[in-house]
Amino acid sequence: MKTSLLASDARTKKRNAAEARFKAYGLSAIVVAMLALAILLTSVLTNGLSSFQQTFIALPVELSAERVDKQGNRDPAEMAKTTTIGYAPLLRDAIVAEVERQGLTTEMSDKDLGDMISKEAAATVRNRVLANPDLVGETVTFDLLAAGRIDGYFKGRVTLESAALDGNTSPEALMIAQELADAGVIETKFNWNFFTAPDASVQRPEAAGLGVAILGSLYMMLVVLFLALPIGVASSIYLEEFAPKNRITDIIEVNISNLAAVPSIVYGILGLAIFINFMEFNQSSPLVGGLVLTLMTLPTIIISTRAALKSVPPSIRDAALGVGASKMQSVFHHVLPLAAPGILTGTIIGLAQALGETAPLLLIGMVAFVREYPAAYTPEAGLFGEASTALPVQVFNWTQRSDPAFVERASGAIITLLVFLLIMNAVAIYLRRRFERRW
Amino acid sequence: MEDMVHVDRAMSTEQDIKISAKGVQVHYADTHAIRDVDVDIDDKTVTAFIGPSGCGKSTFLRCINRMNDTIDIARVTGDIRIDGEDIYDPKVDPVQLRAKVGMVFQKPNPFPKSIYDNVAYGPKIHGLARNKADLDEIVEKSLRKAALWDEAKDRLTAPGTGLSGGQQQRLCIARAIATAPEVLLMDEPCSALDPIATAQVEELIDELRRSFSVVIVTHSMQQAARVSQKTAFFHLGNLVEYDDTDKIFTNPQDPRTESYISGRIG
Repeated sequence: MKTSLLASDARTKKRNAAEARFKAYGLSAIVVAMLALAILLTSVLTNGLSSFQQTFIALPVELSAERVDKQGNRDPAEMAKTTTIGYAPLLRDAIVAEVERQGLTTEMSDKDLGDMISKEAAATVRNRVLANPDLVGETVTFDLLAAGRIDGYFKGRVTLESAALDGNTSPEALMIAQELADAGVIETKFNWNFFTAPDASVQRPEAAGLGVAILGSLYMMLVVLFLALPIGVASSIYLEEFAPKNRITDIIEVNISNLAAVPSIVYGILGLAIFINFMEFNQSSPLVGGLVLTLMTLPTIIISTRAALKSVPPSIRDAALGVGASKMQSVFHHVLPLAAPGILTGTIIGLAQALGETAPLLLIGMVAFVREYPAAYTPEAGLFGEASTALPVQVFNWTQRSDPAFVERASGAIITLLVFLLIMNAVAIYLRRRFERRW
Repeated sequence: MEDMVHVDRAMSTEQDIKISAKGVQVHYADTHAIRDVDVDIDDKTVTAFIGPSGCGKSTFLRCINRMNDTIDIARVTGDIRIDGEDIYDPKVDPVQLRAKVGMVFQKPNPFPKSIYDNVAYGPKIHGLARNKADLDEIVEKSLRKAALWDEAKDRLTAPGTGLSGGQQQRLCIARAIATAPEVLLMDEPCSALDPIATAQVEELIDELRRSFSVVIVTHSMQQAARVSQKTAFFHLGNLVEYDDTDKIFTNPQDPRTESYISGRIG
């Protein structure tokens, strides 16, 4: 029987159907992935974007000499004897006075009014006064942090109904806050402190920031970059270009691939045993964190570097050797520059992975509560030796605290972390494009 | 066969022997790729290696500048001498050898750098130029010898990979002769080129004969006939016949050679 080209036979139909089905699987997988991504981003962004805003109360505070400088000699060393608690009444008086000045009436006690200001605010005022003793005796207007519940009210996290059940605030306080906001005393502004301030205690989520965590993560990334990149690239070059191909190098290759799959917490235990117990580096220090992350990142860098080196056409090596370049010259003059985009991409992906890693850091003590900014170098602690924390660990810490204000902080920290990762990946793509050469 | 013959072969009969190979064997792991090859290659002559694919002609070529050293499983035994010096002597550094024995590969493989840098690379790493002016001169001379100067002189800083295939191959020739080699090995230099580029490269090879001993591996018998004065026919790792090109193509002694050039095997 003669077949027509215009009608497809059963075999062809079956084949086409299989192809269509496969395409549909792929498409639905992508749709599911996009949905998951959308849900993740929505949840993180709705919870976290508000952490980039913070509520401040602008109050004229009378810095009376008998309160802050009992000796009256304006000596910062003497004045430092007045603790943060000693400043609290100043702020309480200031807000009571402000409420009166605005002509508002309330049944709230002076203490409850004072609690509308963050406990952190007293420390802010004290620091300013100690830094500049001339302020004593004058009335200075400060932008003071509002308490977490008041801040939550302006962000929609706290409502009059929830406040009625809340021991830390009351509907009256929120109403006063609303009236103060209408009068322009309470304002919500961009929260630089979120990126610069250190962590704060459980009672004052409004003051908690990522400063120490960002600094710690930065130090660790420097350690990783300066150790993992040269060691990883050098070992890949040796293994790929110079090492003989035999059983031993085969075993090494298999083991490097296996190391890339080892759970990161294992590296934490290794770091604890070697760097802290044996080599006695400081606990919680970015140095140890960076070393552990270096170990974790090395396999990633080595694998991607070897792949990049392999992808350089052998004709380039032949060309270099053919004009009498030594093996080393052919690698460093010709192969390495061509492999650079791949190496850079692998390195940055490794760094990004290290930046987001939490588990190994928990084991080496970076989970500690740290309020002091770590110095890059001190004679006692050495390079990157001061206790610090890291971005993902900060997220982990904040999600464990009960105050809902910390949920907002944690989401904000996640956004910050994601933005850093996005920037690193963008740099990777840019470098790839920039250095990519055709041959 | 008319197109095969018309190269001026008015050459003196007493040529100096440049490369002398005795009993060369090459093994790739278990494969015996070259079996007991003896050949004497003359100076200032184009010598063509012909033979079917896999006959070992490229392998033998790569023995002459020790490029086989880069292949872990390759093992070369026997004796290859250039100007009487054993190039497989342990005292010989292959790097110095390769400066003396230039090589052009099958596929044009310029470095992804500028035309200038491609040519200047060899002289730079061997310290052949004392200053920039010296280097400029070497680059110009090499490009002129490779018949590329007129096309490339206005774009020396342009990438070598941006040239056409034939130009790229001539750039590779310029790069090979920039280190002032004495021998030039060419591994099927025209197999990736179109007929016009091939003609240009062949013309160039004939020019290069004045300064170098040229050894060329080729698949094309016509090309061997056009450019070479001596031809060696390889088959299954053996050197079957080696003689003047005229003789090989008009009066082969071995039946295998005859079968190959008449197209019955290969």
